[in-house]
Amino acid sequence: MDEPGPAGPAMDEPEADAAGPVVAEAETPPPPLPGLQLVQQGAEARVYRGLFLGRPAVAKLRIPKRYRHPALEERLSRRRTAQEARSLLRCRRAGISAPVVYFVDYVTNSIYLEDIVDSITVQDHIYSVQRSGNDSSNLLTLAEKMGELLARMHDEDLIHGDLTTSNILMRPPTEKLDLVLIDFGLSFISGLPEDKGVDLYVLEKAFLSTHPDTEMMFKTLLKTYAATSKKSGPVIKKLDEVRLRGRKRSMIG
Amino acid sequence: MPTVLGLEGSANKVGAGVVRDGVILSNCRATYVTPPGHGFAPGPTGRHHRARLLGLVAAALRDAGLRPRDIDAVAFTRGPGMGSPLAVVAAAARTLAQVWGLPLLGVNHCVGHIEMGRLLGRAPDPLVLYVSGGNTQVIAFSRRRYRIFGETLDVAVGNCLDRFARLLQISNEPSPGYNIEVLARRGRRLVELPYVVKGLDVSFSGLLSHLQAVTPKLLEAGEATPEDLCFSLQETAFAMLTEVTERALALTRATHLLLVGGVACNRRLQEMLRTMCRARGAELCPIDERYCVDNGAMIAQAGWEMLRAGQVTELAQSGITQRYRTDEVEVTWRD
Repeated sequence: MDEPGPAGPAMDEPEADAAGPVVAEAETPPPPLPGLQLVQQGAEARVYRGLFLGRPAVAKLRIPKRYRHPALEERLSRRRTAQEARSLLRCRRAGISAPVVYFVDYVTNSIYLEDIVDSITVQDHIYSVQRSGNDSSNLLTLAEKMGELLARMHDEDLIHGDLTTSNILMRPPTEKLDLVLIDFGLSFISGLPEDKGVDLYVLEKAFLSTHPDTEMMFKTLLKTYAATSKKSGPVIKKLDEVRLRGRKRSMIG
Repeated sequence: MPTVLGLEGSANKVGAGVVRDGVILSNCRATYVTPPGHGFAPGPTGRHHRARLLGLVAAALRDAGLRPRDIDAVAFTRGPGMGSPLAVVAAAARTLAQVWGLPLLGVNHCVGHIEMGRLLGRAPDPLVLYVSGGNTQVIAFSRRRYRIFGETLDVAVGNCLDRFARLLQISNEPSPGYNIEVLARRGRRLVELPYVVKGLDVSFSGLLSHLQAVTPKLLEAGEATPEDLCFSLQETAFAMLTEVTERALALTRATHLLLVGGVACNRRLQEMLRTMCRARGAELCPIDERYCVDNGAMIAQAGWEMLRAGQVTELAQSGITQRYRTDEVEVTWRD
């Protein structure tokens, strides 16, 4: 889901002291629907789990940011909620695995999605394979699957905007390498190789900072991406360009 | 008790400072200020620094109450920065080191900011937001490097502010960013501007070209005042920075945030980060504005750490480098 935060039960206190040792926003509201349990307190949203009309569901409530100008906050929240719903639908229409959207509430900027029951993030999967010391060649097969998935997504002109290994889920059992894309809050539609290149660049950086010594994985991912996507030529060229821009950035102090 | 003289001159400030075991004994600085509407070009900036540097070194020694023989090493900025100003300062540093028979310490400018922030912020392992005219990076320490988690994909936030100030012909005295901040306080209307966040990265070039395109029209039609535009620019650009910083805090689970670089002086940016940190139960380290702006003492402080770890720069290796990423430095002085 979003960046991991400490999971915990929703608090009942109407007001917690802002300066107190609360990792959450000052006031934690009650669950949006009775029976929903707070499972995660990310940087962007509170994530609840429970039933929505009898189906296992995840509810994502955007946390209003007090540091932002209220007008800017309202504009961003609304845009991101809408974009998330649109992009999830676009994925599913194109046969790319993503959660079903059950309901979107523009008043509270929240979204209700299918719960991918018992799934784990690719991030946790990589960690557990590395910890277990098992044969990590499976990770290369996983990287191929990821490359394929992203190629198909980009061929739909869908830019994720926040690709990380924690924004891709694996359905159980993990051996099947059945991947599900999530967290489309920063996504947008674009056919430009520039936007696709930056999307891959964001993932590359996330990969290397969260999973040291996985250079081979990302290389494999890119190779499969290039082979799968019909329009990969200019995208990979742009990716190389964006990487060089990174060097140039540190020119003046 | 190693005592280090630090020389800085990577952009339009030139400075000399002396640090002894975590105590700043002196910090002298001069700024090359250009007329409104103009930036600073490498050539004239280098000439400005050349004319001022030795006077600043003498003043730094005098303020510290020291003589050259009390100094144990000479630190200088190797990069990143503008070629001409860097070369001027490096030449002075090499000469002083040879005349006084002292070791030379070539410091990465960004690491200088981080080490000074760590000293003053009293936080051993903070997440760092480094914002200046040339750099915009979210940095965390891991496995002996200051790793860049997020950064600008194009121009630095300070560069965006400086160039907008030029567009409005705002004075560069004392600094364009400060004058924008003062104007922004009187801004009322929030003009919608591009807000670009990609993963942990930000982009300001679209924001700047949008402003360049709409500013004359908005001002002419009386739809916005210069104050409104400064206000809107700050609200938008700083919210982008605060957003990626918050996500990096969540990712690294850091409990302290250190804000460094010239733009760190901006009170509105400080306020936004403080609000964000408070909501997460994290803490924004205290900010000392005297040491946010480029200065010699911060180079001395990073040099002091390098000297302690035996990371001395040989004369033959002391060439400047305009492109010198923060994560290229092996941080031998931290575990």
